Amino acid sequence: MAYEPKPESRTEHADAPEWKLGKSHRKVDAMERMRGVTRYTDDIKLPGLLHCKILRSPHAHAKILSIDTSRAEAMDGVHAVVTGEELSIPYGIIPWTPDETALAVGKVCYVGDGVAAVAAVDEDTAIAACAAIEVLYEPLPAYYDPEKSLEATAKNADGSYTGADGKGVAINPYARRGNRSKNVVLEFGEVDPAIDQAELIIEGDYFFEGTTHGAIEPHCAVAKVEPNGMLTVWSATQVSHYLHRELAKVLERPANTIRVIQPPLGGAFGGKSEPFDLEFCVAKLAMKTGRPVKCLYTREEVFYSHRGRHPMKMKYRTGFTKEGKITGVAARTFLDGGAYSSFGLVTTYYSGQLLCAPYRFPAYRFHSTRAYTNKPACGPKRGHGSVQPRFAIEVQMDKAAVELGLDPFELRRRNDIGAGGETVNDFKIGSNGFLECLEQVEAASEWTERKPELGYGRGLGVAGSTYISGTNYPIYPNDMPQAAVQVTLDRSGRARVFSGANDIGQGSNTMLAVIVAAELGLELDDVRVLSADTDLCPVDLGAYSSRITLMVGNACMEAAQKLRRKVRESVAKRWEVPKKRVTLVERKAMDIENPEQSVPIAEAFQWAESDHGLLGEIGSYNTPKDRHGDYRGGTIGASPAYSFTAHVADVSVDPETGVVTVHDIWVAHDCGKALSRRIVEGQMEGSAYMGFGEAIMERHDVDPDHSGVHIGPSLLDYRMPTFLDTPDLHALIVEAPDPQGPYGAKEAGEGPLHPSIPAIANAIYDAVGVRIDTLPFSPPKVLAAILERQEKERNGELPVFKADKRGDINDGRRSA
Amino acid sequence: MVDSKRMGRRERGGSPSEGEGAGEGLTRRGLFRRLGVAGTAAALVNSSCKVQDGELEAPAVDLGPDTSGAFGLDAAPLNFTLDGKAVDTKAEARTTLLELLRLDLDATGTKVVCDRGACGACMVLVDGVARNSCMLLAHDVAGAEVTTVAGLGASGELSALQQAFVDHDALQCGFCTSGMLISASALLRKGGGPGKAAGMTAAQVEDGLAGNLCRCGTYPHVVAAVLSVAKGERVDRVPTERIALGEDGSKPARAQKGGAA
Repeated sequence: MAYEPKPESRTEHADAPEWKLGKSHRKVDAMERMRGVTRYTDDIKLPGLLHCKILRSPHAHAKILSIDTSRAEAMDGVHAVVTGEELSIPYGIIPWTPDETALAVGKVCYVGDGVAAVAAVDEDTAIAACAAIEVLYEPLPAYYDPEKSLEATAKNADGSYTGADGKGVAINPYARRGNRSKNVVLEFGEVDPAIDQAELIIEGDYFFEGTTHGAIEPHCAVAKVEPNGMLTVWSATQVSHYLHRELAKVLERPANTIRVIQPPLGGAFGGKSEPFDLEFCVAKLAMKTGRPVKCLYTREEVFYSHRGRHPMKMKYRTGFTKEGKITGVAARTFLDGGAYSSFGLVTTYYSGQLLCAPYRFPAYRFHSTRAYTNKPACGPKRGHGSVQPRFAIEVQMDKAAVELGLDPFELRRRNDIGAGGETVNDFKIGSNGFLECLEQVEAASEWTERKPELGYGRGLGVAGSTYISGTNYPIYPNDMPQAAVQVTLDRSGRARVFSGANDIGQGSNTMLAVIVAAELGLELDDVRVLSADTDLCPVDLGAYSSRITLMVGNACMEAAQKLRRKVRESVAKRWEVPKKRVTLVERKAMDIENPEQSVPIAEAFQWAESDHGLLGEIGSYNTPKDRHGDYRGGTIGASPAYSFTAHVADVSVDPETGVVTVHDIWVAHDCGKALSRRIVEGQMEGSAYMGFGEAIMERHDVDPDHSGVHIGPSLLDYRMPTFLDTPDLHALIVEAPDPQGPYGAKEAGEGPLHPSIPAIANAIYDAVGVRIDTLPFSPPKVLAAILERQEKERNGELPVFKADKRGDINDGRRSA
Repeated sequence: MVDSKRMGRRERGGSPSEGEGAGEGLTRRGLFRRLGVAGTAAALVNSSCKVQDGELEAPAVDLGPDTSGAFGLDAAPLNFTLDGKAVDTKAEARTTLLELLRLDLDATGTKVVCDRGACGACMVLVDGVARNSCMLLAHDVAGAEVTTVAGLGASGELSALQQAFVDHDALQCGFCTSGMLISASALLRKGGGPGKAAGMTAAQVEDGLAGNLCRCGTYPHVVAAVLSVAKGERVDRVPTERIALGEDGSKPARAQKGGAA
């Protein structure tokens, strides 16, 4: 079924986009970054700058009996010390779960919890002062497993929660339900009968071990109190607006006395999408000392601050007809949340709500429980909440395809939800290019030709997914626009864009420049984007949920089109031609019917300024509020538009060692409309790269046998893929324009990650006939599974896998 | 203990007289210093080195020769060439090259990412060889020619390699970029220089840059950019229009790669 966009498309001028949209562009900030002159947060130097270090807990769970800072305060070069009592107002990125404080108050909840902060003349002095702070702890029992943690607290008759064994205590000091951070049960349709009566039932237990963002730039913040009392905070954050709000709350200052600036950012991936202790500490210390203060996390601190992907234990039941149609899906999931909520309320919903496409689920239930544990808090990482369950769902699909003797592509096609429909949880799907994504990766990987030829040890796997382009409801309830942009034009033929959006390296400033250049006939060099400064820019909610292209893009398009109308009108008036004959292109205004007639764009702007006064327009965007479910939680995860992705992975598995080599990943992604092609490709490749690392190499965990210390908080121990590890990545852009997006555009930054892991898992099965349902797919795990299968093959319990292709190293590519 | 103590990075912020030498935490720089003073801890003669923490005080036994006044306790003169300009400065023995560049010489194009030689973001050329500046002491480059990212192009212009990085969108957030450029420059130099390494393969580039981590996943674009320069495909300057419109260069064929165990 082809999806017809509504006639009232948001794009007013069909001719405008062709000038710049959909091309490959140089990023607007590339030149400065290339020369090393870009000033990231840590590159900021201010006169009299003090340096802050944070003393961190060596215990996973302990009461703080006393803190004595007197020796530290007496040290030469130490200007101030701050402890939790001075910043005791609890906050949280989700307004319903304010359950953390800038520094520990009364107790510490994980190894690495901040206890006190020092401002001193240099880092060494601050470190020495931290060492001179005396903290007396009384250790408490620590919990590292979500289910054990849940069992450790029990509800009393009076409704309160205490330790179930009389000793244990709730981990989080603000928790209201013991160690249960969030519990969500949502059921759509008659799930159990739909599965029980199915012709094929696939059941599986999956475990996703945590991973972290690993942005190359460590977190950093600088604060300064201006002589007039204004507080300025520069921070490597991806949510300057939310940081602004939380600073006001915790520091008990009106928001209009605080300015938050996000300097150019060295990567984030979700790891900088909420306030961190360092921002409050530098602000407080700057207020106490009257001098500017900087804090830069060490790499070790970056690992402990975490907020990365939740470990999830997932039990899935999926029913299928013998034709391969899904009859129902039931999921039971435990999320290991770490010590604080972070985005956990949303993650718990997302772990079920975001999975209802691209396949039609006639009946669906998910029950997700998030537990507090004595670990670094988990939060959002690229593909928030849905990467883990997507792994389970797509492996379930693959198991069904094997059982039913169906090609896994065919099984997916038969369950495609299509465009313009509604999911089982009542989300309205707009455009949907999933079938084309499947087609593209199938063709590019030569699936049909190669797969039957692959020898033992070599395999192909496929997986699909969907993701949101922002969410319809903001984090704190309000009716104001989710995105807003101001654009001004000047007499020299330039445009300035003021946007609250956070460019975190994904290229959103370039995206805005492309839209303005396209609408106003400018080169990208003519557009200056000023972003993420709460004093200069309108509010934007930040770089998360893949919301910027759709939301800020729409706002920017509106402002740019208003200006375009004014300029065309003024030019048309002087040429005495109808407005529609004037176009803006190649730095000039031009008569479409008589291209000889043109005027430089600067002059056209001057004509328009003469007619209209100063050329400045605003655009804003708010989400549709009629595209979600009418039930508790039915708004969470509902998006204006959904992207779709398919991957094929080509892997080798060495049956002697269990080493998995991923040769190629083909990633086809429906981004609606690629506004800037190479940037979209970069996002797709970056996503596939990151997913590959999570599948094969990365482990973020603490060691319970070493009192909750991280297993390897360094870039040597935490194994991010290098040039040598990374497979060949093939980005295949699919465009199914969505009427909700600017020029039809949807997201491209997170969706393309989702199928990486299951595609690799399914390819491993195709290579050696074993299912690895726990991440990562490390050699010992893979080897053990292979040996187990071989044992069963010897005993006649299983057929010999690829018996006809043993010893065959055919990679499926026929020689010409 | 996991706190920041393991990682010392002294920054000077206040007036020069303030807090000098107060740092006695367990830091790498502190370690060098402590090695220097261990033998005299019982009778400290160097007034700039105050031991304030009783527990940290070294035992009152003679552990070695008297090092009072020895090299390393105070900043010592250091001369080298930085991005083509002579540098005449002073540095303590414990100061790393990275710290000297960023804190004292304002060469902030070179980035602090891991400070442990694991990521390559702080790479500089030392006499043409790519080195992690966090793993060198400042005095290691005495008399040497040091080139940072800022010194790769002629003043105000991009080198062919930098231009190719822009063309191929070989950066997203750009935080690893300065290290990547240094590594790639060293590789190209080894291969004969820009335009003179036509035989360079993708596998060689991947090998040569394996010490540089990128989390945005730009590796394929970096490889394409380096190969284009090796083959001399890129002229030094590109008209703005051409950059803006972009070119759809086909991706280079790549060798099969080793596994990720």
